[in-house]
Amino acid sequence: MNNTVVNIEQAVVSYREDVALRGVSLRVRPGEFIGIVGPNGAGKTTLLTIVNGLGKLLSGRVWVLGDYLSASNGHSLRKKVGYVAQLQNIDPRMPVSVREVAMMGRYGLLGLLKRPGKRDWEIVDEVLELVGMTSLSRRPIGHLSGGEQQRVALARCLAQEPQIFLLDEPTASLDWRAKTDILELVKLIHETRKLTTLLVTHDLSALPVACERVVLMKEGLIWDEGSPAQVLTDDKLSQLYDIPLSAVKARRAEAVSV
Amino acid sequence: MDLSILGYQFMQNAILSAVLGGVACGLIGVFVVLMGLPFIGVAMSHAAFAGAMLGLWLEFDPLLGAFVASFIAAAIIGPLADRGELSPDTSVGVIFSLMLGLAFLFMGLMPGTKSGALEILWGSILTNTRSDVLLLGIVAAVVVGVIIAFYKEFQATIFHRDMALSVGIPATAIFYGILFLTGATITASLRPIGGLLIFSLILNPAAAAYQLTYSMKRMFLIAAGFGVLSGLVGLFISYLFNIPSGATIVITSSVIFLISNLISPKRKVKRWQRPPLVEGGK
Repeated sequence: MNNTVVNIEQAVVSYREDVALRGVSLRVRPGEFIGIVGPNGAGKTTLLTIVNGLGKLLSGRVWVLGDYLSASNGHSLRKKVGYVAQLQNIDPRMPVSVREVAMMGRYGLLGLLKRPGKRDWEIVDEVLELVGMTSLSRRPIGHLSGGEQQRVALARCLAQEPQIFLLDEPTASLDWRAKTDILELVKLIHETRKLTTLLVTHDLSALPVACERVVLMKEGLIWDEGSPAQVLTDDKLSQLYDIPLSAVKARRAEAVSV
Repeated sequence: MDLSILGYQFMQNAILSAVLGGVACGLIGVFVVLMGLPFIGVAMSHAAFAGAMLGLWLEFDPLLGAFVASFIAAAIIGPLADRGELSPDTSVGVIFSLMLGLAFLFMGLMPGTKSGALEILWGSILTNTRSDVLLLGIVAAVVVGVIIAFYKEFQATIFHRDMALSVGIPATAIFYGILFLTGATITASLRPIGGLLIFSLILNPAAAAYQLTYSMKRMFLIAAGFGVLSGLVGLFISYLFNIPSGATIVITSSVIFLISNLISPKRKVKRWQRPPLVEGGK
């Protein structure tokens, strides 16, 4: 158990009628950057929710940051695990500013009944600077573009000073430029802070080069894993997504020429 | 004008009820508006009304009936709404008709005069007793206190409940806490505002405040202010022209909402549409 940050053993999770994870095992070392790829419904998001204690284990064990996950330690675990979801629809009239959203990352850490102090605001301003959102920090969050909102989400996650970084389709619904910005930021964060990072995506172009290990998921199970070169071959992708090999080759050629 | 009327206890009770009720309803309304809870709120109000009628019919404390009924409604609808199994439009229709039907059924079955029931139906701020004021005062104090103490948790949960959960905030407990406070506010406001109209006083001041500010803190303050304004102006008109107070209070709050809507800086911002952003630098 010494050199693992996360150890998932035969986890089974179900949402009502669907079995989302059928027995998944995964070990994550500190500082690793793991990409999780697979078709929709493969269980990728569910895998992330196990790491931050939001998913309900039917059977199996999950060990995260020094403790076995149980019904009672979810809240304290989530304070240490940062989670960035895909772009949410935010009402443009929502009365919350960018700076306030970034500060929300620290609310769990502060604990009930405590207010943010000077040091907390300093941290927030630092992370907003890092993601390039300082000039927009007083704007209502709903007025920002999708890419800008996701950068604020990254800032919010960093403000939490997490030990694990979970990203669930962070670039979904973003245009190409915004996608690139987000992925560059994720790479930068991983390099400078050596944060253990798990990034889920169904979009191969959204997988940073910095990814050391890729896990392929299909129908609630881990189908294969290894380095990007080993695992992201035309052959394997064709089987993973159930697309004919010729179509995979064609699509990848298209992507490169963009 | 003869201000000696202010020396009478009934008028003092009425003014206090208007202020305290306005504050409590205004503040709770912010949650309802920002979290998209109107259909749960309507269901709770009508359930409370039906519960009060049940209490009057079976001769136990109508406020107890109201509180328990609103809580049961929240306990059933809350989780269903959580899991996305209820469409708001359908449930409002079904519950509205069911609860009103039950309420009028119990009213019909009541022995003797129905004046107690009618007070709760129309609202009668001018016959509030000291204990009505006390109940409103306690609820208002609790609502204000809780919002101040847990402001950041409320802010995050309102903004995005799943995100709040993921940073370690007990968002589910906060959500059900909000429903509990809503039930308490509805119950305490039943006699002053009246069962049919109570939900409007919860919704209108906050909906008006929503139009006027991008600061959640200010939204709470403005909503409470509009609640008090509606209460006092409505009370004044009700006394002057001898009209049911619930009606005048709610109509006042609606007028305030209409005016806010007209002067709103947000009226150019349509739902889900991004306003044009500054071109060029970030």
